[in-house]
Amino acid sequence: MHKSSIRLGVDIGGTFTDVVLEIDAEQFSTKVLTTYAAPENAIIDGMHLVCNKAGIMPSDIQQIIHGTTLATNALIERRGAKTALITTQGFRDVIEMRTESRFEQYDLNLNLPEPLLPRQMRYTVEERVDAKGNVLIDLDRAKVEAVVDQIAEAGYKSVAVGLIHSYLNDEHEKMVREVLTEKLPDVMVSLSSEVSPQMREYERFNTVVANAYIKPLMKSYLGRLEGRLNNEGVTCKIFLMHSGGGIISIESAADFPVRLVESGPAGGAVFAANIAARYNLDKVLSFDMGGTTAKICLIKNQTPKTSRVFEVARTYRFKKGSGMPISIPVIDMVEIGAGGGSLAHLDSMRQIRVGPESAGSEPGPACYGRGGEKPAVTDADLVLGKLDPDNFAGGSIQLHTKNSAAALEAVLGKTLDMDAQTAAFGLAEVVDENMANAARVHAVENGEDLSEYTMIAFGGAAPLHAARLCEKLGVERLLVPPGAGVGSAIGFLRAPFSFEANRSVYMKLSDFNGSKIQNLLTDLKAESNGFVRNCDASAEILSEFKVYMRYSGQGWEIPIILTEEQAMNPDVDTFERLFEEDYTKLFGRPVEGLDIEITVWSVNATTPAEKVAPVTTLSAKMTADVDKQRQMFDPAQAAYLEASVVLRKQMANGAEAKGPAAITEEETTIIVPASRTAIRQPDGCIDVVVRT
Amino acid sequence: MAKEHSNVAYQVMWNRMISVVEEQAQALVRTAFSTSVREAGDLSAGVYDTKGNMLAQAVTGTPGHVNAMADAVAHFIRRIGRQNIMQGDVYITNDPWEGTGHLHDITMVTPSFHNDALVGFFACTAHIVDIGGRGFGADAASVYEEGLYIPIMKFAAGGEVDKTLVSIIRGNVREPDQLIGDIYALTTCNEIGHRRLIDMMEEFELDDLNGIGTFILENSRRATIERIAGLPRKEATGEMTVDGFSEPITLKVKLTIEEDRILSDFEGSSGLDKKGINCPLVYAKAYACYALKCAIAPEIPNNAASLAPFEITAPENSIVNALHPAPVALRHIVGHFVPDTVYDALDKILPNTVPAEGAGCLCNFQVSLRPRMDAPAPEDAVRSEVLTFNSGGSGARPLHDGLNATAFPSGVMTMPVEATEHAGPVIIWRKELRPDSGGAGAQRGGLGQYMEVGAREGHEFDIQAMFDRVDHPARGRQGGQNGAPTVIIQDDGTKMNGKGKQFVAHGRRVMMAFPGGAGYGNPSDRDAKLVHRDLVRGYISAKVAKNDYGMPDADIADILNTVKKGEAL
Repeated sequence: MHKSSIRLGVDIGGTFTDVVLEIDAEQFSTKVLTTYAAPENAIIDGMHLVCNKAGIMPSDIQQIIHGTTLATNALIERRGAKTALITTQGFRDVIEMRTESRFEQYDLNLNLPEPLLPRQMRYTVEERVDAKGNVLIDLDRAKVEAVVDQIAEAGYKSVAVGLIHSYLNDEHEKMVREVLTEKLPDVMVSLSSEVSPQMREYERFNTVVANAYIKPLMKSYLGRLEGRLNNEGVTCKIFLMHSGGGIISIESAADFPVRLVESGPAGGAVFAANIAARYNLDKVLSFDMGGTTAKICLIKNQTPKTSRVFEVARTYRFKKGSGMPISIPVIDMVEIGAGGGSLAHLDSMRQIRVGPESAGSEPGPACYGRGGEKPAVTDADLVLGKLDPDNFAGGSIQLHTKNSAAALEAVLGKTLDMDAQTAAFGLAEVVDENMANAARVHAVENGEDLSEYTMIAFGGAAPLHAARLCEKLGVERLLVPPGAGVGSAIGFLRAPFSFEANRSVYMKLSDFNGSKIQNLLTDLKAESNGFVRNCDASAEILSEFKVYMRYSGQGWEIPIILTEEQAMNPDVDTFERLFEEDYTKLFGRPVEGLDIEITVWSVNATTPAEKVAPVTTLSAKMTADVDKQRQMFDPAQAAYLEASVVLRKQMANGAEAKGPAAITEEETTIIVPASRTAIRQPDGCIDVVVRT
Repeated sequence: MAKEHSNVAYQVMWNRMISVVEEQAQALVRTAFSTSVREAGDLSAGVYDTKGNMLAQAVTGTPGHVNAMADAVAHFIRRIGRQNIMQGDVYITNDPWEGTGHLHDITMVTPSFHNDALVGFFACTAHIVDIGGRGFGADAASVYEEGLYIPIMKFAAGGEVDKTLVSIIRGNVREPDQLIGDIYALTTCNEIGHRRLIDMMEEFELDDLNGIGTFILENSRRATIERIAGLPRKEATGEMTVDGFSEPITLKVKLTIEEDRILSDFEGSSGLDKKGINCPLVYAKAYACYALKCAIAPEIPNNAASLAPFEITAPENSIVNALHPAPVALRHIVGHFVPDTVYDALDKILPNTVPAEGAGCLCNFQVSLRPRMDAPAPEDAVRSEVLTFNSGGSGARPLHDGLNATAFPSGVMTMPVEATEHAGPVIIWRKELRPDSGGAGAQRGGLGQYMEVGAREGHEFDIQAMFDRVDHPARGRQGGQNGAPTVIIQDDGTKMNGKGKQFVAHGRRVMMAFPGGAGYGNPSDRDAKLVHRDLVRGYISAKVAKNDYGMPDADIADILNTVKKGEAL
């Protein structure tokens, strides 16, 4: 008999814990409320629910893949362990002084976010390495011991070590660890040269501090989770989703918990990448819109774009610079404060502004009838006819169009001399434009032209806005997959084992040293492969080589992908050619006569992407049954049109719903504007394309 | 025939134009070579109508550029001549009076054509590390000594770069690759703005920017004037004195609030200084405007209409209206003190709104490193120019402490020490907060910082100091105490000056303490919890806790003991 593959994906989010059980191609999913005090409880409950649905025992599960927002939340809510930093003398305040600038220049009452560790928890040792990695001042062991004695007296649970230029020379950091481990074996230690061996002290120190800060919490959580699962009869291995879009062992996750930050959204990007593979799409824009934020990610060649640094816990209207930088390999996403619950107001120029303040679930948008008086995006969607008031969230919440109209008129319409419908149009256009702008900027920063892209939309609010975004961005095709409500958890099941190792080492092309490069990349390959080998003893491992290059003197590097052949037999002309091609693509023209340098080297080890069953795209074969008709506003035509309402579950393969139409399901509604038509595909995706 | 547009469409377009200029600025950050641009963000970018009115400006950037650049494009149009403006042109200048205040700022302007018609301009400005001459510093006696002057002219005509100009520039500066790289980066950034503007115009079927321009300017003007109309119709004067170069400088301003404008007249301010800390009016105006906007209309975006109601005047050849050929390289020093002067006056009209005085000007220095000359230098010793931007503490606010080591009014960032040390053979031995430097008050002034700088083995250097507040620390407001003054000295005790180029021998270090912000309100009114917190964190010493805030010895001992035990969290 064919042996089934039985895997479980679990995503702990802020409100819900999503659990997906997959037995071969069949999926059983559930959402349970996240149990903050002991998050493992929700997992156990959810697991039993899906096991019952599928008629299997927990002991039948062969693999569990877990992603969680706990690491992110611990940083946002400052719920980490009592942690100390040991740093180079003279640099005690790096994580507090930040960039010495104000992220909002016109606010006289601006306050900067507090560092994770206040000043009294930051200790220094006399030592110094220079920018070439040479030791200028030796580290004296006795002085380290003296600091460790202070740390012992103060009773820290976790210690971060971040020394200047340690990404070039880690001897001193290792010596600090040696003393700590000897004298305080129970204290957890994180080194910046291991957690994030990259230049720029503020980012590196902040990253190692974040790692140390959440390490005890995450280690204990992961230990408890393993124990609870074992008690329930689970015997299989548990893996963790990391921010770079792959999975790592539970042990690696406990050592480098900062790599778990943003693992949920990373799962969403992997989910979209998998659909891109099914449809053989090389250029995809994933669009995930929920209640409070929207996330946008570029997926090229079925691989989400990655980055080396991102910002977590923004404190000031999602403004760049108001959070803390974390430099780890991460799926490169833009997140803006635009969701179904985002509230609108007028600024002093009578401009409509939307978000980042959100109505949340209490009182919720005005249409919930729970006392909300400000118009939210959902209110605009309702007034514009995009939502059915009697059939929202599967009919579980009755919506009140009157309340929406009143809120729109009071907050926007009165001043702008607009009726509720026009105000709703304005609100929806502004939020759609905000998201489209974020996507455009992200594309330009990556040298991409969105008109060649296909959008994949998931999350509760995305299908309501996705097609309008496509119109604004010149994107011709939109796919809305089934199961979009638990997209991240499904994404976990599609993720490969992977680990990216980085190193900052400077080399000018005029000083090109092929054998040094070979050695460096071979080391990084061994390091990254080791992490993957820990997860799977026999799988094939692919290595992806990337170097970050710039003109000597620039501060911004661009990532250059090398083939294994190019990496293992480095050739200066090839490096130069690859850089100039990419530079020209990004910025229009190369700069003649300047030296080029390589700053960061990276190797990502990954198991091959899971084989997907390709979907043959169906063209329209029949017209979908129309459930009813209703008036729906079409923003491109700036008018209400008669739209068909179609039930998604009743659409057969190849069934077509021509815009203007609303395709409804329990969790959401797909809006098909007049410019588009929608066709159901064999894998259940709704394919929304330009009407010819 | 141009399409009619609704209010909703214009709202979307305005948003888009702000996003376009932001992209323009980001492109500059990513392609620039000077650390001042790429790490510190000393730049600006904006889009203009065909008459040179600024319609939108990037949020990224620093106020001195932001507001100064608003006037620049009109000069370009006048100098180049409307009939000579062609597709593929790029214009350049570093004229201190028609650009942004000193030769070290390169401003570039690119005309934007759509369907062969001129529809507007893109402009951007960046602070570059070297422009030849004496090097970046205050030592020049006239602008002729401060470096290469590039009058408003075509850098590229019809897409062809002027190679003669490039050769002249290359031959006159210390880091030619870097400067030419930056000029190309500026060109690229305008190009990216232009492309995105055209995308927008196509999407909305615009033939020109007249409609959207009018919408932006009218809404901004109305909003700004509404704010001004809500203020008391009063006048008040403000004054402050700072170190200057050869002698102390006094800045004076008279603010008059009228129904639809605010006048700032700097009559009575000091005359020109002999050295290069004089400020062209355009730059003083930028910071006066910035100070007023922060206090009165912070959220209204910068454009021609939102800036127009702030009118600034100053007598010719006063320190804030230096005319050609006065030396102006370090005009930022005076410019950065303009907001504190304006706030001294505004506090008398709008109490409980503006902060106490802060560090004011950035605490910048440039080091010119070279192989040691007193003994044989190692073979790998090099010459190098390294510029760093640093900040003291900002002044305490009516309801909040000042910000520690954070730039105000400037908007630039510091450079990472690790990046600075890759830029040349310099070693930053120390860069950390300076306890006890924030002026005591009900709200405490922000802390300044300590820095120590030396060179790698085998090098000596000149340090170009650009510091103030050695003799004139930030003054407290409403009973708050002064911030700590600037201190600069060598590690062997050799005295140094706050300004000017000074030699530092092989093996020596320069020890600097940058000023703290002043306090706001009486220290005895400070919340005891905050004094406690400051002592725990070491923002203040036991001595200050006792003397300035009256904390009893026993409490101090208790608190310090809990810190040792790790209980003071």
